[in-house]
Formats: sequence, C-alpha cells, structure tokens
Amino acid sequence: MDFLLASVIDGLLLGFVYGIAAMGLTLIWGVMNVINLAHGPIIALGMFSLYFIFSLLGLNPYLALILVAVLGLLLGILIYFVAVHRVIDAPHLSTLLATFSVNMIIIGLGTAAFTASPRNVEFSLGSFTVGSITLLGTRLVAAVLALAVTGGLYLFLYRTRPGRYIRAVANNRDAAELMGVPSAQILALSFGLGTMLAAISGGLIATFFPFTILAGGVYELKSFVIGVLGGLGNPVGALFGGLILGVLEGIIPTFMPTTWVPVLEFGLFVLILLVRPQGLFGARK
Amino acid sequence: MKRALILFSLLLVFALILGACGGGNTNNEPAAANNASSSSADTSSAADTSTDEAMPEAKTETVVIGFTTSQTGSQNVSSVRQVNGLMQWMNAVNDAGGIELSDGTKVTFEAVTYDDESNTDRVQELYTRLATEDEADFLISPYSSGLTAASAVIAEQYGKVMITTGAASDDTYKQGLTTVFQAYTPASRYLTGAVDLLESLDPSVKKLAFVYENSKFSTDVVEAAKSYAESKGYEIVLFEGYDPETTDFGPFINKIQDSGPDAILGGGHFQDGSTFARQLNEKNIDVKFFTLLVAPPEPDFADLGDAAVGVIGPSQWEPLAAFTPESAQEAGLEWFGITSDEFVSAYEANYEGEEPSYHSAGGYVAGLILQKAILDADSIDPDKVKAALEAMDLLTFYGHIKFDTTAEAHGLQIGHSMVYIQWQDGDAGLAKQVVWPIEGATADTLYPMP
Repeated sequence: MDFLLASVIDGLLLGFVYGIAAMGLTLIWGVMNVINLAHGPIIALGMFSLYFIFSLLGLNPYLALILVAVLGLLLGILIYFVAVHRVIDAPHLSTLLATFSVNMIIIGLGTAAFTASPRNVEFSLGSFTVGSITLLGTRLVAAVLALAVTGGLYLFLYRTRPGRYIRAVANNRDAAELMGVPSAQILALSFGLGTMLAAISGGLIATFFPFTILAGGVYELKSFVIGVLGGLGNPVGALFGGLILGVLEGIIPTFMPTTWVPVLEFGLFVLILLVRPQGLFGARK
Repeated sequence: MKRALILFSLLLVFALILGACGGGNTNNEPAAANNASSSSADTSSAADTSTDEAMPEAKTETVVIGFTTSQTGSQNVSSVRQVNGLMQWMNAVNDAGGIELSDGTKVTFEAVTYDDESNTDRVQELYTRLATEDEADFLISPYSSGLTAASAVIAEQYGKVMITTGAASDDTYKQGLTTVFQAYTPASRYLTGAVDLLESLDPSVKKLAFVYENSKFSTDVVEAAKSYAESKGYEIVLFEGYDPETTDFGPFINKIQDSGPDAILGGGHFQDGSTFARQLNEKNIDVKFFTLLVAPPEPDFADLGDAAVGVIGPSQWEPLAAFTPESAQEAGLEWFGITSDEFVSAYEANYEGEEPSYHSAGGYVAGLILQKAILDADSIDPDKVKAALEAMDLLTFYGHIKFDTTAEAHGLQIGHSMVYIQWQDGDAGLAKQVVWPIEGATADTLYPMP
C-alpha cells in the first residue's frame, strides 16, 4: 500500500512539470496550428540555461528560472520571426519542416557547444519523510511553481489585453485582424509564451534530473501524448493531462515491468485519437 | 569537333581525378606503415650497434605486428589510447634492444597499422591485408567487441595468433576459434567479483536486487552475475531492466524499497548509472552495498558528491591497482613486466601528460602478453607461441592473465578479474580506492555504505 502511495505521489509531482511542458506545445498549436518540433530542444535549452546561470552566476535556481523564462520568451519570438512567420499560412508540412530545422540547428549547435555529456544541477532542498514516503523538496517546489505558472498563464489569457488578443487570434485570425489586432505580433508573442513554458519546464526538470542537449526529446513526446489527452489547444487541459500521465507513470510500474510504461502511454495516445480526438477535456476553440 | 573536344576534356579530367586518387593512395598507405615502423627501424639500427659491440654473431629477427586503429569514427578516443599503450610497449622493447632468445637472437618489433574508420567492413578488409600482403607475424585486435569479432574470424582463417584487447564480449571465443586470446575480463565476469566481494564482506547478506540497463552488454553482464549469485545461495528479490535513456529512477527506487534488498547491482553506462546513484541517495534508501557498471570508474562520477560515496564499480584496470611482484608472490603467480607506476609515468611522459585509461593499459598488456609468450616459447614460431599462450599463468601490472584452453571457449580470459573501485571520502576529499581483488586493494571497503 505504501509502495502504491509513494508511486502515485511521485507520479503526481512529476505530472505538474509535464503539464507545463505540454501547455507550451498546446498553446502554440491552439493559437496558430503549428506543431512545434523544436519543443524538445527548447526544453533542453531551458535546462542548460538554468544550469549555467546556477553554476556560473551562482544564482538560486528558482531565481534563475525567472531569467530562463525571459530568455525562453525572447528565443521563441526570435524563432517565430526567423523560421515560422514566413510559412505561417503555408500548408502544415512547411511549418513542420521549419520547426524541425530549428530543432536540428539547436541540437547541432548544442552538441558542438555543450558536447553530449550529461550535466547535473548540484542543488538540493533535502527531503521530507512522512511515514514510509520520502518526498523531495525540489519536486514539491517544482509542482507548486508549475501550478503558479498555470495560474499566471490563465490570468494573462483572460485578464489582460494581449491575452484577449491571443484568444481572439486563436479563435479567428481574420476577424481579429479586421478588429485591429496586430496578428503578427500576437502570433510571435504566443510562440514566445509557448517556448517560455517549455524553457520553464526544462529548468524545473533540471533541478532533479540530469540532462544532455538531447534530453528534451522525451518530454516533447510526452507533451504530444498529454496535449492529445487534455485536448490540443487547451492549456488547462494540458495540466490535467500531465497529471494523468504522471500518475500512470507512477502506477504502471507497481504491477508490471517499467519498460511497459511507454507502450501503454502511446497505446493511450492512439486510443484517445481514435475514440475522442478532441481530448478528454475538449479543445477550447 | 566541339563534341570531340568536350569528350576529350572530360576524359582528361577523369584521368586527372584517377591519378590524384591513385597517387593519394600510394602516398598514404606506406606513409602510415612507414610512420609506425620508422621508430622500430631506428631502434633496430640502435640495437644492431649495441649487439655489434657485445655479441657480433647475434642475429636480429624483426616480427611484424599488424593491427588497425580507429583513427576516425565512433571508437576513436578509446582506440587511439589503446594503440598509444601498445606503441609504448613496442618502443620500450625495441629501445631496450629487443627480446633476447636463448640462442642469442634479438627479436624486435615492427608495427603495420591502418585506419579502420571504426567500421566492421574495413576491419575485415584490412585484417585480410595484414595477414596476406603485409605478412604480419602476429595480430592485435582493434578496439571494441564488434570490430574485434570481425577481425578474430580473419585471424583464425589465416592461422595468425591474435591478442584481443578492448573487447569484453564472450561470444567471440565460443565459436571454435583456436588462435585468438583475450586480454580483457569477459562481460560474463564483469560483476561476479562484486558478488565475491560482498560475500567476503558480510556472509549474512542474502537478498540482492539487479536493476540494469536494457542493452546487450549490461544484460549479458547481469544475467551472468545473477546465476553466479544464485549458485552462491543469494536470493534475487528484484531483477528488472530499464531503457538506456531513463532519467527517472523513481519507479525502480520504489520497487527496491518495497522488495528490501541488502545490496543493489546493475547499471549500464555513465549517464543512467550516475542518475540512478544520485536518486537513490536523494531518497535515503537504506542499502549496504551498491555496485554499478561503467559509470563509477569515470572521474566525472565525483560530480555526484555525497551520492558517489560508497558506490562500487568494476574497471579493467586502475592506475592505483597495486599489483606488484610481492602480490604475485603472495598469490603464487609468476610476475612479468613493469609496475603500474612505471607504466603511468612512462605513458604520461610519452603522451604529453595524458593520464592513461584502462584502454591504454589494455593496449600495453596485449604487447606484454605477446612478449612473454615469445620468451616462454623461446621462438617466434606461431605454433610455439600459441602453446606458450595456452600455458600462460602470470601476474602483470594489469592483473592476472590466463586463457581458457577448452574447445568450448578457447582463448577466453579466465585469469584476469575486474578491479573494483569504490568512491571514498578521505582526507584529500572524494577519491577512488581499489577495494577488490584483495591483492590489488588500496583501501578497505566502506561497508555498509553510508
């Protein structure tokens, strides 16, 4: 019983962070119908940024996370104008290829600059033992921050003018443009927010797992599953999708070999696409 | 007319390209061979002058040793280190005037080597060339199990004695080969020493957990270790593999906590192993003994800080390992060659301060094994050398060397065992100590681990 409880809690805490990563992917998809294949490497860049700010500047990782977020936002806007903007109205394959080339560029440069050796952020908040369950400080904080980021995103989308613009563009770009919404800037901002979320999730993951420049790939794949689970284009659904995936990852290994986890995860992915393509929580479109 | 002109100029360009390629080839290959043999040519003339003074009637035999180097490709780093080790041995022997046989013959060595590009097809092609055109007397394997498997078949086909190094896989020696001899401890015994160490530390321990990477190497290693442990009466409470890219060991750690083992064995490569160690430490799992493959001997493992303390790992050789003539005497074995300190200082002097890895030591010892076999055979006749290798049972700075002579696994290394290192927190900070085997130990095992 303790074993099951410990596994569920571990999964739940991770699920929050998965949720943020997926939110970034799903936001970009929801607003501009672009599948960002550079999502994984941006998560990895988030990890590296946090690592360097922490180890070179000696900043607390959670303060460093603010910088990571700003960098992520700026990088996203840059990527949008360099690679995505000119193909935004072209067929899906073009944006797919454009973001895929960004993916390859980041991985290529990253491998050259950082090599493929793993890095660790040497930071610990200790652990708390409740009964037979040991909780790690860094994971608790990551879960709390993930919730805070989700709340912040919600407020931004529903309570601010740029947020309303984003929702308007997501809803109907032509109509929004006719109403005077500067769609290019709003699309760039949305892309930036998406990459910012990816970078934040990367930064949080770096506080408890080691990583290389290739480490983002796993979380990109998870983000796809979560995105489909929660409904593509639905940020809050993504958080719930993340929690569901995290709990599954915790529970599945308690009764079968851990290598089955991805099999079941992607089985679920296909099943949702077949049975409920709008996701468990429906797309807010 | 215009057409003829174009045709002619095309032909001219084609001929030029062909010429350039051909020229490149002929320049290139002898250069590689010359390069490797030039030092031996110098030293053999040096040997000649010294023998002129001492023993005018002595003759000199030059033995050609063929091998490939992965100067390019994925195995580059380890392969170059291995060849550095081998060349260090060869230059040392040649500088000393060669090996002297009982009839006064001086045997010196000449290397013929090519770049195998870390590519199996190139290895097959080049070893065939070494065995036929270059008339190599003896062969040394390339680096890595895969390339070695390809070269071993060629060695057997042409009846050439080959010492393999940098290759741990057992399979190669179970195909009925008769002329190939392995210097590395095979994969099947990578972790069995850890079981022996545990048994010697604490006979009361009975429950083991194996958590390992799902790769051929790691699976081979743990399956062999598991059956060995079971034969010693251990109970295996958990035996589970993980994917190579795993970063979250939480589910395994929860399973370990649930099954309550005294000792954990397994791992795979650097990244997964170090993550596993780190997360096990974070979760405060109470375990007495923790052994991982590959990761702990790497100097970078120290980055884990407290999580590294007490972790044990197998290595083919460590600079610290104190195999000495005295420990040979204690173990009742013949001692041969230089000591670890001599090897390390000579290596660092030869290669601009580069610290030798176990790959370098493996290259050196391959030459040393051949040298000893020629001495024991008192001949360079391949059949006599092969018989000497089969009878070999000695201790070197690299450890114990003895080969399997049964038909089922001829040439498999059965004497050498892994050196087990443990990270310990001493006065000088976190450092590796050799804890097993006892004759090479530099410190007592920290047990139970903190």
